Amino acid sequence: MKKNNLIKLLATILITVFFCGKAYSASKDLLKIDWSFAGITGKFERDSLQRGYQVYKEVCASCHSMQYLSYRNLSQKGGPEFTLEEAKAIAASYEVEDGPNSDGDMFTRPGRPSDHFVSPYPNVNAATAANGGAYPPDMSVLVKARPGGANYIYSVLMGYEEKPIGFILEDGVYYNKYMDGNKIKMPSPLSDDLIEYSDGTNASQLQMAKDVTAFLTWAAEPHLEARHRTGTKVIIYLILLATLVYFSMKRLWSRINTEE
Amino acid sequence: MSDHEYIPKSKAGKWFNDRLPLLSLGAHLSDYPTPKNLNYWWTFGGILTFCLITQIVTGIVLAMHYVAHADLAFESVEKIMRDVNYGWLIRYIHSNGASMFFLAVYIHIFRSLFYGSYKSPRELIWIIGTLIYILMMAAAFMGYVLPWGQMSFWGATVITNLFSAIPLVGESVVTWLWGGYSVDNPTLNRFFSLHYLIPFLILGLVVLHIWALHIPGNNNPVGIDIKKPSKDTVPFHPYITVKDIFALLMFMIIFSGFVFFSPNVLGHADNYIPANPLVTPAHIVPEWYLLPFYAILRSVPDKLGGVILMFGALFVLIILPWLDTSKVRSAVFRPIYRQFFWIFVVDVLALGYLGAAPAEGIYLFLARIATIYYFLHFIVILPALSFFEKTDPLPTSISEPVLTGGFSTAMAKSDNITNEKK
Repeated sequence: MKKNNLIKLLATILITVFFCGKAYSASKDLLKIDWSFAGITGKFERDSLQRGYQVYKEVCASCHSMQYLSYRNLSQKGGPEFTLEEAKAIAASYEVEDGPNSDGDMFTRPGRPSDHFVSPYPNVNAATAANGGAYPPDMSVLVKARPGGANYIYSVLMGYEEKPIGFILEDGVYYNKYMDGNKIKMPSPLSDDLIEYSDGTNASQLQMAKDVTAFLTWAAEPHLEARHRTGTKVIIYLILLATLVYFSMKRLWSRINTEE
Repeated sequence: MSDHEYIPKSKAGKWFNDRLPLLSLGAHLSDYPTPKNLNYWWTFGGILTFCLITQIVTGIVLAMHYVAHADLAFESVEKIMRDVNYGWLIRYIHSNGASMFFLAVYIHIFRSLFYGSYKSPRELIWIIGTLIYILMMAAAFMGYVLPWGQMSFWGATVITNLFSAIPLVGESVVTWLWGGYSVDNPTLNRFFSLHYLIPFLILGLVVLHIWALHIPGNNNPVGIDIKKPSKDTVPFHPYITVKDIFALLMFMIIFSGFVFFSPNVLGHADNYIPANPLVTPAHIVPEWYLLPFYAILRSVPDKLGGVILMFGALFVLIILPWLDTSKVRSAVFRPIYRQFFWIFVVDVLALGYLGAAPAEGIYLFLARIATIYYFLHFIVILPALSFFEKTDPLPTSISEPVLTGGFSTAMAKSDNITNEKK
């Protein structure tokens, strides 16, 4: 009887949590991809992350900042895992403002791995002004900042369509199937063969959308792989320990029961 | 407290114990006679202690890296997530730990409601418990503000604005709470200070909660008074400790599932957007554990009325021991109360669901019904049942339950190994 109650209660709690989640994210059915990083043992694909970085660098980075990432992160374990030399070269290809020097002047120097990603605009207002009044959001935690996460980002990238007849769009606004109100101020950023992948992969729109979404997911959650690995170990350990404790408990309590 | 005199074996122990009887206290805690029929619903006290300690320890570490400043808070949290060694783990334990804490406290509270643990002579345990619960909500709310994301900012704005409903001084009170004319850096600073303080207040109340528990001893699933120590009791250690540890490990497995495999599922995506006073999120929703009260607040068209009802929903818990005057504690022997208990559970879950739904149309209507029923349960149904309900006969002791039809006794027995015959 108790057991039933427990199950009932847990079920109701889970259902409530589920529905709350539903109520929060009342959005359309997103395109769903079988991401390599999903699931308990999910990991990133290095090649995909490296390509994703290339898409970010050559396409997104002209408008979107990524201020919480540093160039050194690109060579960290669990990420795109560029070599340290490659990360240094990437950093050095950017001009970073530093200072003040001993004369009190600001100066620019080539970037170092410890530098944060250089932002395309000096501040939010400049970014907003340059983009028709819509601030291109910082992409560091973008995947976590949208209900639906990676699937949402991927869906928006693939969701550009001709507007339905009668749908009114202002100037500089585009139709996107997955945006709130179907309106977005960013023109479709990806198209087939927009860039040339350095590893020779065919740069289809779909491929680029997948790669850059994986990259953004890593950027938002750089320790995802360590988290999955540690979690698996922790849970196995807890189950083993619980089993031992369970049998100890049975043995202890059997003293009480035999007295009866 | 003194069940029997404890005399330390060693000379040094005796010397110490004569001056500060910590060893006696330890012996009391270890020998503390506990009803042997406690089921797994009774393990949540221990689990809650674990939750509190976990929150305090992870919180202290987070505070070493966190910067309580409107311009830096969001960034410092990202630094913790990215650059602090195992910062992601510590923060995810802390943020999911809050949810786990509330999950456990709700089970603990409903267990108390089902088995009548709030009744004489345990009223003070119950009242201290509700105070802990209220402080927990305050701590959780302020903690949610600290990352300074969109939901932090707007949640803080909505909740602090409630105080403007106070007649005459409302506006001044809100300005005083904010430390300015809007939610801003001074608000964040004081919330951080209070968020650090409240857990230690809770810790103090937990000591009182347990102290008050150790005077009458535990209630039990049968709900009858038992002789202590007797055939009906077991020493707390090792019998209850081992069982508590087993239950805690089960709880930790679920906890770990959230921390490692879906650490953000209980939060709101908007809180990964830095706070922006110029952009209001589409839906401002509190954390799940506050939703029932949010639903009650919103179901009243008048602001002051909503605030009064919301606090009333908590106050009614404090006076519960005097609303339900039935002499029988356990719902096992209260056939009608048992039904109403489950209706009440559903009502609270419904309020939780409706608190997350938009406050309009059918949702608002249902929230109003559920709110009315919430108060009806405490103010009308429980007092009425105390008079009219015909309760089942009580057994004379845990060891020899009377046979009054299989159903009741089956429920009174715990499903755990205590009752399994080898």
